[in-house]
Amino acid sequence: MADEPDTIEGQPRYHGAPEAGAEAQPEGWAHTRVIGKRRPRVDAYERASGSAVYPSDVVLPGMVHGAILGCPYPNARIRSIDTSEAEAMAGVYAVISANTPDANPDWPYSEEETGKLFPAHCRFEGEAVAAVAASSPYVAADALRAIQVEYEELPFVSDELAALEADAPAVHADGNKAGTSSYVRGNVDIGLDEAAVVLEETYRTASEMQTPLEPHGCVVRWDGDRLTVWESTQGVYAVQSEVAEVLDLPLSRVRVIGDYMGGGFGSKLQTGKYAIAAALLARRINRPVKCFMTREQTLLTMGNRPPSTMTLKLGARRDGTLTAIEFKGIGASGAYSAGGTSLLDWLAKDLYRCDNVRTELTDVYIHAQQARPFRAPGYVQCSWAMEQAMDALAERLDMDPVALRLKNIPAGSQARDDKPYTTDGLRLCLEKGAEAFGWERARAEAAAQRQGEGHLKRGVGMAAANWFVGDGGPPSTVMVRMFADATVNLNMGASDIGTGTKTAMAMVVAEELGVDPDAIQIEHADTATTQFATPSGGSKTVPTEAPTVRRACLELKDRLMEMAAGQLGVEREQLVFAGDRIRTADGNDGVRLRDLESLRTQKVVMGIGQRQHNPPDVSITPFAAQFCEVEVNTLTGELRLIRLLGTNESGRVINRLTWDGQVVGGVTMGVGFGTTEQRVLDGPTGKLCNKNWHDYKLPTALDVPAEVISEPITLTDEQANIVGAKGLGEPVTIPTAGAIANAVYDAIGVRLHNTPVNPVTVVDRLDNRTET
Amino acid sequence: MGADGSDDRTRERWGLTRRGFMKFWGAGSMAVAVGGAAGQAVAREEEPGVAPGEGLPVTLDINGRQHTVLAEARWTLLYVLREELGLTAAKMGCERGECGSCTVLIDNAPRYACLTLAMEAEGHGIETAEGLMEGEQLGQVQQSFAKEDGLQCGYCTPGQIMAAEGLLRKNPDPSFDEIRLGMSGNLCRCGAYAHIFNAVADAAKHRKG
Repeated sequence: MADEPDTIEGQPRYHGAPEAGAEAQPEGWAHTRVIGKRRPRVDAYERASGSAVYPSDVVLPGMVHGAILGCPYPNARIRSIDTSEAEAMAGVYAVISANTPDANPDWPYSEEETGKLFPAHCRFEGEAVAAVAASSPYVAADALRAIQVEYEELPFVSDELAALEADAPAVHADGNKAGTSSYVRGNVDIGLDEAAVVLEETYRTASEMQTPLEPHGCVVRWDGDRLTVWESTQGVYAVQSEVAEVLDLPLSRVRVIGDYMGGGFGSKLQTGKYAIAAALLARRINRPVKCFMTREQTLLTMGNRPPSTMTLKLGARRDGTLTAIEFKGIGASGAYSAGGTSLLDWLAKDLYRCDNVRTELTDVYIHAQQARPFRAPGYVQCSWAMEQAMDALAERLDMDPVALRLKNIPAGSQARDDKPYTTDGLRLCLEKGAEAFGWERARAEAAAQRQGEGHLKRGVGMAAANWFVGDGGPPSTVMVRMFADATVNLNMGASDIGTGTKTAMAMVVAEELGVDPDAIQIEHADTATTQFATPSGGSKTVPTEAPTVRRACLELKDRLMEMAAGQLGVEREQLVFAGDRIRTADGNDGVRLRDLESLRTQKVVMGIGQRQHNPPDVSITPFAAQFCEVEVNTLTGELRLIRLLGTNESGRVINRLTWDGQVVGGVTMGVGFGTTEQRVLDGPTGKLCNKNWHDYKLPTALDVPAEVISEPITLTDEQANIVGAKGLGEPVTIPTAGAIANAVYDAIGVRLHNTPVNPVTVVDRLDNRTET
Repeated sequence: MGADGSDDRTRERWGLTRRGFMKFWGAGSMAVAVGGAAGQAVAREEEPGVAPGEGLPVTLDINGRQHTVLAEARWTLLYVLREELGLTAAKMGCERGECGSCTVLIDNAPRYACLTLAMEAEGHGIETAEGLMEGEQLGQVQQSFAKEDGLQCGYCTPGQIMAAEGLLRKNPDPSFDEIRLGMSGNLCRCGAYAHIFNAVADAAKHRKG
């Protein structure tokens, strides 16, 4: 970019004390040439040209198409299956079901619950009943329709609160509680006694579904006893271990490739029954099989953010100091245990300083698909409750909402033994965000606008967040290789799920080795050829992989320096690495990398990096705050999002362009959670009503704020790791819905306790207000 | 397509006349099913029926080249592009015209390839993201999407790019609101809309300049 300086110096090092670890740490970068700039993606060409091959694009010689038959009922026992008609159809290669010998392996629903690939008792709509392989998806669909299944429909329960009632149909023999947990610090009763103001409210969030644009699925091929899986996934090694476990294969017989993938948001951290069914079909017919879920099946079976009901009690002194927080949360795993209340209470116990906290969580079984992690699991739901309650508390205390939050900033993570934060990120986000948004003026202007006669009322609102992961950590291994002409290959197992991982890592290599990011060859996300990485999730990919990539570069550099020292006949310590050459510190002597004799002889020199442990005594945590301005039509209930500003402190900014991309993407997803999306399970039938994108409303280009502003806190978190970066992908979406709800409250004076805020719910609440 | 009160000539061109439709949907089986005089009349007049699993030759003009494939009547243009011709820029997202991942241009207008039968597209100019390339260089809209990072996972991107190309062919100088409206038929779950707007504005600027 023409308007950018050659080097970036605007990222002050934060808490610049040396790390406490025994191992000597390399210096952080004082100035950067590449990192921190706006950099188009290294794979932008492939993504924009359409030449990138996603798993669903893979077409192999002889390949046929697989499809899965799903149970149409939320709870049913299978009396009989007749596949004979389907098997006899022209173009049908194979049909497998529970009746097929050797085609119904155990399936791990969770760590504790094992069932079958094709179970006799289907506990959710869409559960796998049979699978076919056919010459085209059309013939496969014909074959599914020809399978005759006799079901015994059973009573069901789809609502998590109803499931807790005594006479509710039992999802499992031992009842509908999937798990309970509690947390206590201090004494909430004493804290409530000390409070000048006590506020108690109940909030509910609807289930939200990930539904990435590329459906879940894979292409599989056997070569003898070796299985290759092209899977749309966030983590090839996770898929490898799951497939190997279910099919009882050695890991070395399962290769998973997933370099391009069309979105996951947590729902592709694991594989699904489709991969096993595809592999079983492919083995029977000795042909590759492509098996992708239909859109309907992704909505029915490929994960959700669990619905939650949260009761929050806050106590505060007159000056705004929080004295007590009590949180009770109920969430639904689905038909099998799946973290229905995972992380649901974390913001309540960790975001704001409070000595007296008590939380209780109840995870519930219902007759619906299992939850899967969804971008900031638990946090997004809790933020909806916590940040609205803080807003309500500020009003009761007659305090500015930003000031109330600034009053309660913790020095460390209270839920993790008060380990100190490595930065003051929450304060920085609140202060810089408020300033950049023009918070106080915007509040006053909205208040003045509302005095007018019109039916369009403006309001502003804000919310803050942290994210307890985002620090990354081992294990991860990365290889960086230099070829004889001094060009570079980067080898890592991590997936680039659209977050720009490849580009960020290429920028780290470029920064350290002085090469052009676009000239770096990248291999990734292939269990056969690339190094181990955990799945891309939890906002930990940059803080896990970037330091590992840098370590690999440092080792490679070290080897090159040794080579140069030998060739030039000088001490290693006299040499400095200067981009494409190594020279003596005085500049009198040097050698171009491509002229290193040892490199030319050896052809390839390699550096290996392994992720080190994080320092044990600190909390490495990203922070965020968002501010938004809305306009509500009080006649129709329509909501217009005028502008939304996101401030994030996630340590060092690697690529400003993709950083901003994460912010606008997180805001968009938060808009969906807060205003457009909700799973609707039909009362009389328990079936999913909105199993397509016409009825399940993702935000469109017309639903997002006209103006989305990303305002990073540019600092380097030196204690976090040797790159100074923390995770970003989840903090960007946590506060959005709460900020919008608070702005709606500011505009119309009614608090929307349930998601989504849409014309129906707004008008309903406005009418109730009029009546009371 | 074509269901907009267009005249007979246009409808013939689209292969959407009753005659054309019946031909592909298997008049033979229909005659058996219907039995009576009307059914027999159809059967006499038309070619023998085609059952699922059998194909009829369909010639498609894609990115300026003619491709003849044997297609079942029910095959969508999207299926033929992706699975028969290996043109995989157009993506499969929903197969029911909700997401726009499969957007292509047909006679310069953005269309969902998943809602277009292959036979309907015969005789029309079909363009996909592959066809926007200038040799091995990205076309202008593609360059703007790359530069402005109008994408994340990239799965919806070729469809977004075709929607933008179609918008700019019709309206070379769109306002911000016109860009939003023009792109509103294409979902992006990564939520890159703000960057997509920047990309379309950038492409419009270059197209003018």
